[in-house]
Amino acid sequence: MSEFSTKGYLDMELLRFTTAGSVDDGKSTLIGRLLFDSKSIFEDQLEAVKRASIRRGNEHIDLALLTDGLRAEREQGITIDVAYRYFATPKRKFIIADTPGHIQYTRNMVTGASTANAAIILIDARNGVTEQTCRHSYIASLLRIPHVIVCVNKMDLVDYSQEVFNKIQHDYTEFSKLLDIPEVRYVPISALHGDNVVDTSTNMPWYNQGTLRQVLEGIEIGNDHNLIDPRFPVQYVIRPLSDEFHDYRGYAGRVAGGIFSPGDKVLVLPSMQESTISAIDLYKNKAGSAFAPMSVTLTLTDDIDISRGDMLVKPDNIPQITQDLDIMICWMNEKPLQVNGKYAVKHTTREVRCIVKEVKYKVNVNNLERIEGDIKVGLNDIAAVSIRTTKPLFTDPYKKNRKTGALIIIDEATNNTVGVGMVL
Amino acid sequence: MRDKFVLTHLEELEYESIYVIREVAAQFERPVLLFSGGKDSIVMTYLAVKAFYPAKLPFPLLHIDTGHNFEETITYRDELVAKIGAQLIVGSVQESIDKGRVIEEKGPTASRNLLQTTTLLDTIEKYKFDAAMGGGRRDEEKARAKERFFSHRDEFGQWDPKNQRPELWNIFNGRKNQGEHFRVFPISNWTEMDVWQYIMHENIELPDLYFTHQREVFLRDGQWMAKAPFMMLKDGEFYETKTVRCRTIGDVSCTGLTLSAANSLEDIIQEIAATRVTERGGRADDLRSEAAMEDRKKEGYF
Repeated sequence: MSEFSTKGYLDMELLRFTTAGSVDDGKSTLIGRLLFDSKSIFEDQLEAVKRASIRRGNEHIDLALLTDGLRAEREQGITIDVAYRYFATPKRKFIIADTPGHIQYTRNMVTGASTANAAIILIDARNGVTEQTCRHSYIASLLRIPHVIVCVNKMDLVDYSQEVFNKIQHDYTEFSKLLDIPEVRYVPISALHGDNVVDTSTNMPWYNQGTLRQVLEGIEIGNDHNLIDPRFPVQYVIRPLSDEFHDYRGYAGRVAGGIFSPGDKVLVLPSMQESTISAIDLYKNKAGSAFAPMSVTLTLTDDIDISRGDMLVKPDNIPQITQDLDIMICWMNEKPLQVNGKYAVKHTTREVRCIVKEVKYKVNVNNLERIEGDIKVGLNDIAAVSIRTTKPLFTDPYKKNRKTGALIIIDEATNNTVGVGMVL
Repeated sequence: MRDKFVLTHLEELEYESIYVIREVAAQFERPVLLFSGGKDSIVMTYLAVKAFYPAKLPFPLLHIDTGHNFEETITYRDELVAKIGAQLIVGSVQESIDKGRVIEEKGPTASRNLLQTTTLLDTIEKYKFDAAMGGGRRDEEKARAKERFFSHRDEFGQWDPKNQRPELWNIFNGRKNQGEHFRVFPISNWTEMDVWQYIMHENIELPDLYFTHQREVFLRDGQWMAKAPFMMLKDGEFYETKTVRCRTIGDVSCTGLTLSAANSLEDIIQEIAATRVTERGGRADDLRSEAAMEDRKKEGYF
């Protein structure tokens, strides 16, 4: 890690990626390898893992013990939640959302995917494209992860064969036409031996598209946020009421889309009043512009009534203002979705109630087929649903904006988050 | 103006944390910020000041005082509170002991670290706080790696790691029943390196303890510990003067010191970049068992 210069580190970009996989895929080995070869595992962590491995009677140091954090997981030898891992290379800082891969953990995979810019899909070179590949890829496409990296793992077990790799690449290219994935890259690796993870493999001279780490460092993430449609959900109104800032009234929030600049005309939803941005405050400084995902405070030229849950947009670019929404939901609770049931909904900074009108179809995540007859939506199910809200929401299709197109569904009796939705 | 609309990782982390802190102020009636005097809670306080400027913090700071502090921590705390015009509440572990709420550990390795949990929960109950923000980071420890930003606690203040609420995108669900509260971790996604880089970038003042100084210390289980009136030596342990600094600051009984000549933030960053032991590697409280942190968190620890 001595390759870090103090200055260089300040200019790094942040890439969030997700991995899904089960014990057999070598996912934990891969993450362990990325962390280990990037020197992000410390001696005391390694010592702790060594001690635990020996106590369990394992022959090798079990790198999975690094990521499987909770006692129950260590006892059962499985990953049951989303674990966040961090490492940095001289080029970038990375956040890994590490999730289990089995179908009963679909909700965890969806959770990990919700904040990711990239997804690593692991394919066992011996098995090729499977049901599990399909499931993981569908979730990546459903949650609109912009970049997918297909890692063909265990190349050592197929004699590092180019033919095997090409066939899998071909099969996946064909299969992914059914999905909506903007960008797919392929890397042949052996996580166990470290081929093409951080160091270039000498066993596969036929491959020259970069190691996994190089691919992760090279992904262009500049345009992953919507910079076209200006959306500013008001989060908190700042009123100091002090002598120095007696008349200050600032609208604090995080830009959810587009670009805002001082002098821009804005339209306030739902009141439909118009005003002009007088300044964009960043603590004691003024910013020339604000774009997603910046947290800023806007001041306006007019004194109008605006509160949390309102949204500032531009008069010539208005989101959908509606009480009737068609959404894809992923159900996250043991208690099934109730048709005609009432739930609380959170969308940007706005909270409303809704009634579930209709379940249109469910999706079989293993083969992408629509299930039209059986409309019971239980834990881990993904379905197209219509809801009606008590007050209008200001939405964009999730495809266009991952912030204004997303909502969560809350059971009002338990206050638990029971489902999540993406606006169609 | 920038030529492309890309943020640096520190900017992105800062904006995320400010968003989380504002969300706490918006969703809860009586939030509080847990201030320990360590660098993480200092950065969190700094981010909170930024989040509401030019208004003052819309919540008080809460310090759980074990009574076994480094003096420098208390001096720094009082100066900071005066500077930003915040309200400070102190929950005293000594008071919990005097009232018989907890029993002090005995022997040379006694620590008041575990007792803090009772004082913290009592203080939360006394002031009816419904959200307590902490400076915990997911990179610190493996049980923390699965912690949510908004972490629900039942009426006993306990964490149920197997039954956590799903947390997607940046939509936080802070709804709760009477008597329950939330722990919120605004700097969840920061690493130790990020915190130091940010402190340097923003020129944030820190307690002197973080920089090199001469101190009377003794060696216990491979860790340098500070001399203090309430610390007892075991057989074979002795005091000597060393050039040290703190990598983390907890109370004296559980904070290991690092032999270091790092005198500036640049030095510290270089030192961390080259180091091969995690910062919690020096925390006696974590070494007690493989699941020590998970167990303490379940009971209501920070």
